[in-house]
Amino acid sequence: MPVAITLTVNGETLTRLVEPRETLADFLRRDLELTGTHTGCEMGVCGACLVMLDGLPAHACLMFAVQADGARVETVEGLTENAALADLQRAFHERNALQCGFCTPGMLIAAQGLLARKAMPSREEIRDALSGNYCRCTGYEAIIDAIETVAQGRAAGEAALRFAEEPA
Amino acid sequence: MNRPLNALDRPNSYIGRSVSRPNAKRLLAGRGRYVTDLVLPRMLHAAFLRSPYAHARIVAIDVDAARAMPGVRLVATGVHLAKLCKPWTGTLDHFKGMTSVPQLPLPLEEVLWAGQAVVAVVADSRAEAEDAVEAIVIEFEELPAVVDIDLARTPGADRAAADLENNLCFHSRLDTGGVDTIFADAAHVVEEEFHFGRHTAVTLEPRAIVADYDRSEGRLTVHHATQTPYQFQDLYSRHYGIPEARVRVIAPDIGGSFGMKLHVYHEDMAVVGLSMLTGRPVKFVADRIESFVSDIHARDHRVRARMALDDAGAILAMDIEDVTAIGPFSTYPRTSAVEGNQVIRLTGAPYRLRNYRAELSVVFQNKVQTSQYRAVGHPIACAVTERLVDMAAAKVGLDPAVIRERNLIPDDAYPCESPTGFRFEALSHQQCLARLKTMMGYERLRDEQAALRARGIHRGIGIASFVEISNPSPAFYGIGGARISAQDGAIVKVTPSGEVRCLISVTEQGQGTETIIGQIVADQLGIPRERVQVVTGDTGVTPHGGATWACRGAGIGGETALQAARRLRANILALAATILQAKPEALTLQDGIVVDAVTGVERVSLAEIARIAYFRSDTLPPDASAQLSVAHHYAPQGYPFAFTNGIQGCHVELDAETGFVKILKHWVVEDCGRIINPLLVEEQIRGGVVQGLGAAFFEECLYNESGQLTNGSLADYLVPMACEMPDIEIGHVETPTADTTLGAKGCGEAGTAAASAAALNAVNDALAPFGTSIARIPMTPARLLKALGRI
Repeated sequence: MPVAITLTVNGETLTRLVEPRETLADFLRRDLELTGTHTGCEMGVCGACLVMLDGLPAHACLMFAVQADGARVETVEGLTENAALADLQRAFHERNALQCGFCTPGMLIAAQGLLARKAMPSREEIRDALSGNYCRCTGYEAIIDAIETVAQGRAAGEAALRFAEEPA
Repeated sequence: MNRPLNALDRPNSYIGRSVSRPNAKRLLAGRGRYVTDLVLPRMLHAAFLRSPYAHARIVAIDVDAARAMPGVRLVATGVHLAKLCKPWTGTLDHFKGMTSVPQLPLPLEEVLWAGQAVVAVVADSRAEAEDAVEAIVIEFEELPAVVDIDLARTPGADRAAADLENNLCFHSRLDTGGVDTIFADAAHVVEEEFHFGRHTAVTLEPRAIVADYDRSEGRLTVHHATQTPYQFQDLYSRHYGIPEARVRVIAPDIGGSFGMKLHVYHEDMAVVGLSMLTGRPVKFVADRIESFVSDIHARDHRVRARMALDDAGAILAMDIEDVTAIGPFSTYPRTSAVEGNQVIRLTGAPYRLRNYRAELSVVFQNKVQTSQYRAVGHPIACAVTERLVDMAAAKVGLDPAVIRERNLIPDDAYPCESPTGFRFEALSHQQCLARLKTMMGYERLRDEQAALRARGIHRGIGIASFVEISNPSPAFYGIGGARISAQDGAIVKVTPSGEVRCLISVTEQGQGTETIIGQIVADQLGIPRERVQVVTGDTGVTPHGGATWACRGAGIGGETALQAARRLRANILALAATILQAKPEALTLQDGIVVDAVTGVERVSLAEIARIAYFRSDTLPPDASAQLSVAHHYAPQGYPFAFTNGIQGCHVELDAETGFVKILKHWVVEDCGRIINPLLVEEQIRGGVVQGLGAAFFEECLYNESGQLTNGSLADYLVPMACEMPDIEIGHVETPTADTTLGAKGCGEAGTAAASAAALNAVNDALAPFGTSIARIPMTPARLLKALGRI
């Protein structure tokens, strides 16, 4: 039997009926059409489904939508619109730290979580922090470079401008 | 500021420039459009019941309970789909004597591997389809599973499929003659038995397909996460009897492919039939567990190899036997024999040996099918050759770099031919080796290694030269009867606003195809890159072509775009000359404006030319021809393949107590001809290296003796992680091919081709003081501890 849940997704409070067995990832993708959250393994290994749950990275594939009742969820779409990821997105773009892009939303959220915990991580610490995010295309180095660049930029107080509207 | 101007200094000179990818922005914003994301009106979802046995006979199928489950719209078995779909057989005519059993979307009587789809359920949601799968009852009679490559080849052995005469799919021999005598007389002989594990692509986005058959028009649209939409248009048309013009295959954003998504899969073929049976769109996305038991696997070779040398360390001959296991049938339409064929033809390729013998046996077994995956055959040929070269160096008493300097084909020896018949136009092995030594600080690393060994720290240095096949001609598939194009097509047109659209047959999976095509078109036309839009991956829109595989996107697709853009430029300048009452040769295009070729004075903008052509043709003379769209095709000519080359270096530290290996650093020097975008080339190489290092240390599909995959999940199968991978330094040598104006060759597989070989040599170098060695990848801690005698 569907269950009613109320939660805040990307700043909008909404109430929906969900099947108890529906994961948060499927709820976001199917019910809310927030397809930027990806599912690569559905067992919490690959990191493609990471979202911000009450401000911290969480695997949307490892929890049920009903467990997010009352929570504040932010997906890559919302974090793009409020420009929270803008400097990371720009650095990823300039450094070509993505190829197919399927892991990218999860990578961005993992990076955001890391930089919130530690402002100036070493390359080794960045590599360690990304161990739960598989990327099959890049070989990781460009991603490490991009995150390192952003850490330095944020430390220098560079403002994150909006990313999506800049010309390619 | 007084340096001379170079080619990159003129306006719109984009070839050779690192520019970012316009299409990456929407991926970064979470606005990718993957097949996985697609929802169509009235769309249904398919799920499959899969065989629990590696080999079994289907005795009875009971689907009554499943049909009655909520939301279920169709339950289909092999019988239903066999009425619609003609069977396929994965053989090519130029592989003489090759055999394989015909395949249908779902089996009729026999299942051939654990995980094979047997029954399809189509329901309103995936969850409901999976619920109904649980309610299906199948009675199987288990049959003996063929799993061992030697037992499979014994007379009277159990067969992997009932309709096979024996388990040999394909056999081939190459022999330049006199090899036994050379080995008998050689001053030095080294030999080894190598084992290469099975691994698989693990694209982050699994296989995904939405088939949408419209009965009213007899029209099929398939949204398919594939590299090769044209190949699938042809296959869906022929196997389902739908006229080609009524089949449209659309490949939108693809979440990784690496060769895996260009093969025919039973579920994908089934989904087309399921849409025809329901008259509604049907979607199937493999979950990760399904991916492991249905995506192609790769490699799985045992190679016995030896090398003969003279007393000075010159390689005289090689002699190899490759036995490779491919699953119960050969993959369609590219077969499962190309990998082994490339192993025996690429072995020894960087070296000047003239005497060579090879034997290839491609063997059926009851496991997942294997077929082409990134760097087809290359890693095997490279690892076998390069490890033997290192063993030879040790035996002769030469440094590994020195023996390569003596034996690699000299850079002034081209054109030349390998003993296996490959023709090399121009390679740069010696220059690459010299460059690699400088980048690595090779002598310093050797000194450091010696010093650290004295302190009980065991580091290893490995190097591996390679050649890579790119820009394949019809010699690859066309001559074998496969309808897989070696040519590409482009339509380049000026829009009414004076912008440019290029519709091209090469496809994008994130490597940057659209970006480099845009660079080439903008460069050749003389317009800003921002004003070129590139469209790929839709058979209803883009011209027919080979698409993207075997490192052909830049070399063949790029040349297609270049030639098309030059034709369009000539048309633009001819029209401009008419408008300006000038001579076309006195004009040129720069930044989207027609200018005087000598003075650079602006004459008329491309936007104005387009306005006149599209809206005021009345102002043109009657004989003026405003051809602002050009369709152009290009097929590779000259050499059958454009070979690239390079060399890799790997530096590791072995913990002899635990068997763990830390990869400290990896280097690549790559010669892919003309580089269009250095940023993208380097990232292709890095990604390729990491897939090669995955094979070397982590990735393996493990089977038990009954043919069950025992580690088919991402928790059990090890994909290289960021924390395990090193920084990878890349150097370039540029030897453009003279077969094309552009001069580009491929680069996408080079990283994978030699990374595992360099790693194998590095680990063996670290093992050397212990008097032991390893010849099996992946080199897991357990295997290394076994080699060290610790377990």
